[in-house]
Amino acid sequence: MQIYLPIAEVSVDAFLILGIGGIVGFLSGMFGVGGGFLITPLLFFIGVPPAVAVATGANQVVASSVSGVLAQLKRKAVDFRMGFVLLAGGVGGSGIGIWVFAWMKAKGQVDLFVQLSYVLFLGLIGAMMLQESLRALLRSRKPNAPVRRAHVHNWVHGLPLKMKFRASGLYISVIPPVLVGALVGFLAAIMGVGGGFIMVPAMIYLLGMPTKVVVGTSLFQIIFVTAFTTVMHAVTSQTVDMMLALVLIFGGVIGAQIGARVGLRLKAEQLRILLSLLVLAVALRIAADLLIRPAELYSVMPGVLP
Amino acid sequence: MIRRLLLAFCLLAGPAGAQEKPPETIVAGLSQNRVSITADFDGSEILVYGAVRRDSPPPEGRLDVIVTIEGPATPLMVRRKDRVWGIWVNNASIAVDSAPSFYAVATTGHLHDILSATENLRQGITIDRVIRAVGITAEADASEAFVEAMMRVRTGEGRYRLMENRVQLTEQTLFRTDVVLPANLTEGIYKVRLFLLRGGKVVASQERQINVRKAGLERMVYNMAREQPLIYGLVSLMLAAVSGWAASAAFRLFRA
Repeated sequence: MQIYLPIAEVSVDAFLILGIGGIVGFLSGMFGVGGGFLITPLLFFIGVPPAVAVATGANQVVASSVSGVLAQLKRKAVDFRMGFVLLAGGVGGSGIGIWVFAWMKAKGQVDLFVQLSYVLFLGLIGAMMLQESLRALLRSRKPNAPVRRAHVHNWVHGLPLKMKFRASGLYISVIPPVLVGALVGFLAAIMGVGGGFIMVPAMIYLLGMPTKVVVGTSLFQIIFVTAFTTVMHAVTSQTVDMMLALVLIFGGVIGAQIGARVGLRLKAEQLRILLSLLVLAVALRIAADLLIRPAELYSVMPGVLP
Repeated sequence: MIRRLLLAFCLLAGPAGAQEKPPETIVAGLSQNRVSITADFDGSEILVYGAVRRDSPPPEGRLDVIVTIEGPATPLMVRRKDRVWGIWVNNASIAVDSAPSFYAVATTGHLHDILSATENLRQGITIDRVIRAVGITAEADASEAFVEAMMRVRTGEGRYRLMENRVQLTEQTLFRTDVVLPANLTEGIYKVRLFLLRGGKVVASQERQINVRKAGLERMVYNMAREQPLIYGLVSLMLAAVSGWAASAAFRLFRA
């Protein structure tokens, strides 16, 4: 069944879009990532113009995140206090990010910049997570191995402005979460994604939050970041395609619910290995695009003259 | 002898003298002159048909028909990737002021055989003539290569088409051709031109228009996005949040 997208001005197969929404929603519910880093390249691949793909992807992530948060909320796996602290940092970071993005755009190398940051951050985070979770999995196989402590006291705990995060079972300074939020907000604005794939490992490894609250809290924070992005795109470039978003969302919200339930059945280590492999695969794909000689060197973009 | 020469001269001058009133004209029609893009739009087939009207017996020379359909023009950026420090990046680019979003040429024979180069230049029939007629801002050194690449890319996308031998000409009078408009149409006026050729020269031409418009829901969404961007953005958000919540609630019911 073909549908015509009024803003993208292309005709696409509705079931294909439904499937893409479903897969991204599934991953979103399972891992707590918004899926922006997957949906944008997928939409681009089926012929949706990049600008529309980025903006509409953000809109779909709002829906799957709401669906995912509600599923997590029933398990009391959302740390609202932490979510707001991260968000406060995120707003500041994304403000700087948008400014840097505009500056790169003026320089004319924004595509390369986005691709390179994808490869760098996805590759780095994927490799780190894979290595760490494989080690954890091996340790759990050997029952008599020495147990490593969840979080060790270090200089981070000497910082002022301590706050109690009951849902996470943490009593730490607000400075590290604000900085993490700012870093994620900055990268999110530059790369056009919600930033869940950076947020999730940052929460686990930098803040020492327990894995069970990480997914819900990350999704909670992503809702606001992507909602902001959607409205910004709708106002400044009019590239949000409601028709495309609706079909994506329909697949996405169902996928998110199934994903959240499958995620419950998997062990935390397995979940992290899967997410790290996915992140690495996307990083390799983008790296290959940069390194292998493209079949067509030229590209045609509808554009306004400067 | 002189009488014979005079007769021959009269015969030769005969057709030439009648050129004040063209001996052949085109009468043409389209199967539809408006295309509505609705939610389930996936392309449209336009039938272009017509006849050659002549008051005298057909003149000498091969008769051919060329039909062109031209979509609304937009400015374009053509970029070339180059290898810089081992990675492929967009390097050089040129701006094309205006290039048609769709262009199809249907003919009764091989374009090279039926259309002379000068006539093509004069009438602007083939796609390269249409683009060149508008002009390119020369920003990169080899703008020729960029324009060629643009035509190659757009031909690959099905936007630019050359359909040789696809116009059927019956009894040197009736002709028809079907042109399939693709699903990813740009809104606007599509210009249909018909050319009648005798021995490589255009002897008559006609112009028709097809109005391609978004309709119904498509039009509503499009207008809202343009005219009320903030409200549109907020409505998109609302839809997203409500569907997220609805899915969650539905699944809870499902499990309970």
